Amino acid sequence: MAEVILEGQNLTKHYPVTKGLLQRTVGWVRAIDGISFTVEQGKTLSLVGESGAGKTTTAKMVLLLEKLTSGTILYKGEDLSKFSAAKIKAQYRPNVQSVQQNPWSSMNPRMRVRDIVGEPLVVNTKRTKQEIRNRVLEILDDVGLKAEHANLYPHEFSGGQRQRIAVARALALNPNLVVLDEPVSALDVSIRAQIMNLLKDLQDQHNLSYLVIAHNLATVRYMSHSVAIMYLGEIVEYGDAEELFQNPLHPYTKALISASVLTLPEDETEEVQQIILSGEMPSPLNPPPGCRFHTRCSEASAQCSEEVPEMRRVKANHQVRCHHHV
Amino acid sequence: MSKTILQVEDLHTSFFTRAGEVKAVDGISFHVDERETFGLVGESACGKTVTGLSLLRLLPEPAGRIVGGKIILNGRNILELSKKEMRSVRGKEISMILQDPMTSLNPVYTVGNQIAESIKLHQGLQDDKVTDEVISALRLLKIPAPESRLRDYPFQMSGGMRQRVVGAIAMSCRPNLLIADEPTTALDATIQAQYIALFQDVQRTTNVGILFITHDFGVVAKMCHRVGVMYAGRIVETATTSKIFKDPRHPYTVALINSVPRLEEKDKRLFSIEGQPPSLLNLPPGCRFAARCSQVMDKCREQQPAEIDVGDGHLVSCWRVK
Repeated sequence: MAEVILEGQNLTKHYPVTKGLLQRTVGWVRAIDGISFTVEQGKTLSLVGESGAGKTTTAKMVLLLEKLTSGTILYKGEDLSKFSAAKIKAQYRPNVQSVQQNPWSSMNPRMRVRDIVGEPLVVNTKRTKQEIRNRVLEILDDVGLKAEHANLYPHEFSGGQRQRIAVARALALNPNLVVLDEPVSALDVSIRAQIMNLLKDLQDQHNLSYLVIAHNLATVRYMSHSVAIMYLGEIVEYGDAEELFQNPLHPYTKALISASVLTLPEDETEEVQQIILSGEMPSPLNPPPGCRFHTRCSEASAQCSEEVPEMRRVKANHQVRCHHHV
Repeated sequence: MSKTILQVEDLHTSFFTRAGEVKAVDGISFHVDERETFGLVGESACGKTVTGLSLLRLLPEPAGRIVGGKIILNGRNILELSKKEMRSVRGKEISMILQDPMTSLNPVYTVGNQIAESIKLHQGLQDDKVTDEVISALRLLKIPAPESRLRDYPFQMSGGMRQRVVGAIAMSCRPNLLIADEPTTALDATIQAQYIALFQDVQRTTNVGILFITHDFGVVAKMCHRVGVMYAGRIVETATTSKIFKDPRHPYTVALINSVPRLEEKDKRLFSIEGQPPSLLNLPPGCRFAARCSQVMDKCREQQPAEIDVGDGHLVSCWRVK
């Protein structure tokens, strides 16, 4: 087994809802409610779910942009909450970088590409200007951009090229882990393929670990080694990508897969019956009792609306949170 | 054969900018029948949305102008109508659904009010009747408890519900033609599946013809009967949806379909189209896809290919296709 880079244990994030002049807390938005996952060296874990499932909050917690309500994040086996501020800056931040969804808003329009890509080096290392310039050119070459691009501004590039710049910036410091928040969803179809191929190549070359946030299952299947399906702040199914797609167990996973399979018009009469969920995701302010999915589940029984299902391991590489799979 | 609602012939729409004429739509032809969904597929900036706006004559004037062609709706060319006549067509005979339900509703009016607007304008009904019509529009889009929902403001609704309200506004006067510009792109996967199923129902009950603008082949497969693939202002291939997927003839269509990751396939390296679409300011003389095409010939760079019918209304513009 590969070395574990990052481990989340029982992570929880609750945001207070305040009201009135005194800002009394009247409730909690349970954005994340006890999730656990591991990211191994050189592998990709994808968090999949719809808006409001808590994917981005998880990414923010990993990037230390949000404080945990409870739970532990282990980086290479060490508890992050025990790191001093200096140790975080020296050891954690340079090794955990991110690429954001929208390449039109994630870069300063007034900075040249060489300054954008070089900034992490200026902030985190003591390299000379010449060394930084060389490193920038090297990394631009890695992501398929040319040396003359270094002197241009972001507006002079297309969406796909900008996303390459964002990847270059994330890789400038040779990180272990890159958090990719919807890395291709803002791009055109033909460009998506280019960026996904690039990310895979870079992973192989540099033995990078990725934590991918995505909502498109086909993208996820192509990129990931393991997948966690999230619903309303919880992981409902977690396992190796291959196993999970071949043998989905949770009704929500099945519905998501059904929504993503390419079905041709005449196939409808055959057995490829689409699962269409009724209703919408409930509010995380007041999640339903029992299984959080029972309000939309076609297989729900009385037990589902009363008892909270535990995460159960059905195979070595497959866990599910559902009463129907014991 | 069913009735043709919309017939677009050789439509040209340009934007006149300081840098020159941008030929956003450069000679496209297609038709939409009653009870049919015609998909217009392509990447950003290929002219899909401009086509939609041209049909409604809502281009940002004076920069954008329709410079040639015909748009025949229910038997008459709407390009010959006066502005006033056009206003009575919009919302009544053609209506449009925009991509983002968060920005296409007015936040300070109730949804009932917003649906009532076009009903009052086009049907001249009085208070009670208007409310009845509003409720029936909400019912058509399967919005639960329409009698109380019509008093809600957009912020009280979820994204999927808001997009249904946008649909209810568009369908409130039972138009013949609905232009849906990426209506599902801003929605989540399971909500998207709901919305598509809903629109298939709406189409069955109202016979509306739908022009469905999208970049997502997955949505095309589920929703459209026929498809036109657009590239740099032109339609390069038109065919029924199953033909487009099973027997695509234009290299761009083939490349586009191959670059969509499939859930069923794994570990295959994704096919990607190198390069970028050409600038619409400075179009190449020959085929527009020539610079990125894997099967390019000398002729492709010099002359534009004509559209030919390879059988059953399957139209392709490519020198390779005989």
